[in-house]
Amino acid sequence: MEIQLSGISKQFGQFKALNNVDLTIQSGELLALLGPSGSGKTTLLRIIAGLEIADIGSVYFDGVDMANTLLRERQIGFVFQHYALFKHMTLCENVSFGLRVKTRAFRRSSAAIRARADELLKLVQLGGLEDRYPHQLSGGQRQRVALARALAIDPKVLLLDEPFGALDAKVRKELRQWLRDLHQQTGVTTVFVTHDQEEALELADRVVIMQKGEIAQLGSVDQVYKQPASPLVFDFLGDSNIIAAQLRGDAVHVGDAAIGPYPSTANTAALDEGAVDVYVRPSDLRIADAEQVGIKVVVKSIQRTGPIVRAEVSFSACTFGQSHSTLRVELPHLHHDVPRFQIDATLRLRLMQFSVFAPQTITPVREQLSAPILIGQKRERLAG
Amino acid sequence: MRPSTQTTIIKVTGHSAISEGKLTRWALTTIALSFLVLFLLLPLFTVFAEALRNGWQTYGKALSDADGLAAIKLTVIASAIAVPLNLIFGVAAAWSIAKFEFRGKVLLTTLIDLPFSVSPVVTGLIFVLMFGASGWAAPLLDNTNIQILFALPGIVLVSIFVTFPFIARELIPLMQEQGSDEEQAALSLGANGWQTFWHVTLPNIRWGLLYGVLLCNARAMGEFGAVSVVSGHIRGETNTLPLHVEILYNEYNFAAAFAMASILACLALVTLAIKAVLEKGHGLKH
Repeated sequence: MEIQLSGISKQFGQFKALNNVDLTIQSGELLALLGPSGSGKTTLLRIIAGLEIADIGSVYFDGVDMANTLLRERQIGFVFQHYALFKHMTLCENVSFGLRVKTRAFRRSSAAIRARADELLKLVQLGGLEDRYPHQLSGGQRQRVALARALAIDPKVLLLDEPFGALDAKVRKELRQWLRDLHQQTGVTTVFVTHDQEEALELADRVVIMQKGEIAQLGSVDQVYKQPASPLVFDFLGDSNIIAAQLRGDAVHVGDAAIGPYPSTANTAALDEGAVDVYVRPSDLRIADAEQVGIKVVVKSIQRTGPIVRAEVSFSACTFGQSHSTLRVELPHLHHDVPRFQIDATLRLRLMQFSVFAPQTITPVREQLSAPILIGQKRERLAG
Repeated sequence: MRPSTQTTIIKVTGHSAISEGKLTRWALTTIALSFLVLFLLLPLFTVFAEALRNGWQTYGKALSDADGLAAIKLTVIASAIAVPLNLIFGVAAAWSIAKFEFRGKVLLTTLIDLPFSVSPVVTGLIFVLMFGASGWAAPLLDNTNIQILFALPGIVLVSIFVTFPFIARELIPLMQEQGSDEEQAALSLGANGWQTFWHVTLPNIRWGLLYGVLLCNARAMGEFGAVSVVSGHIRGETNTLPLHVEILYNEYNFAAAFAMASILACLALVTLAIKAVLEKGHGLKH
């Protein structure tokens, strides 16, 4: 089912959660709403579901305005961040709830309902646990029950609010793969909210990056990653190095080195000649060969963390002397360049891929998003 | 002497950082226990001892006295009306306060506590002012021939007023803690409001609700001050159990007074027992 949002605005007291958001979600796609906390992504999801009502703007399902359609009539599978399973019901009762509350005319026989619940529990790999209660399950299992419960009503669209937010890293990875497979099997239009860029990039067909209640960029995973529309988007999608540079003609210069042509993309406005900021990911820096252009740097520190070797380098004074004076470099630990990274060694680095933006007055600081969600854990402990 | 001194020193150093010394703990426990015995256990024991002083026969006779039975009946009827009404009100109030945002929410929350802070006698007087011979509602009551004061309706009204907060107060924090995620989930799965309440909300609050009902009932049956003002003390007609105890006592009919009092005391003990069982059951459930 295609979902169209037009001109959605929502305000909570003085706080503008959403500001004139337009978005079309294609039928059958897996879309991620990505953004830092407070960017409005969850509010947008809840407005699609009908859990919140937009102050201004409309939601269309397949072209039909949903303004007068109640939450319970929208046929939406909503998966809550903290699962919201019915604590006093068995898994079977939880999953079959949506089928049991139908009016008599539409309700299937109890045997058919039971069979459907069993089938769904098998689909989420929890077959045989029908008579357990939610508090007897792990977080990952609970989340799968919540999904099965949402799928039971044959939803036209599946909405997931930070579905893996409260789970540990390993379970999260497993569930991601599993959700991807499930989406391929069912083909239901799916929208999920996340603050984890890795999750969004790995799972989604398209990504909506939200910033302060507005859509900062919308595109395929490749598009947003390779051609970020703004420094904020670049910064949000991964680690970044910022290098002050000069745009002369079509070439970008760092100090004396012309590091490459200006990568013009459809997403960014054309820049004037002069001072610019070059954004480059630590993993996109490599040692330049003798004939290649490179920036001269001195290795300051090396850190080995399993599969990745991280080095911190600073510009040699002769090439460069400005504020952003250190760069982070990341290499796979078996890369042939690794041995050349020795403390105080002088190297020339080339930028395999980079973005160029107008200089920022303030350096954007990547938000700390890896902190565990304590509220969720506390509530779970109380409930269990 | 020496070893014990040594142990004490070790204990004090071992515990000083996280808890009180041995002496303090001992003193606190003693104070708490002696208060418990002096002010709770002893009076309770006295009630039963006095009631049974002249043997079981006198006790039985006192209980089967016609006026006494009428008092028990009246008390049960008044509670049987007041408690269900407060149950409905309490659930509605707790629901709206815990799950919705609206203007005047703080005011409503504060107002619910009003009966706790008003003296029961004042409560009784308020109802006399409203429904008495020269009260606000007097013309209406005269025309329709409805008797409120010195009759069952008055007793029920003040009982409701006095026991108003018990159920709501019990449910509000419980429902606030649970949030409304489960209700929203139920609605998104197609349940209507009633199904959501019956299948999702009620099972989640049932223990708190039952506890609130028990407390409410205990207070409704035991209320003296407010009921005393509006009842008129008509023997065998408008005397509730607590009022009947007072009358018997004033007539120096101690055995009967304490026999009646023992029923109220039993009610309190049963309430406590059920509460303990509920809390244990609640604990096991999670």
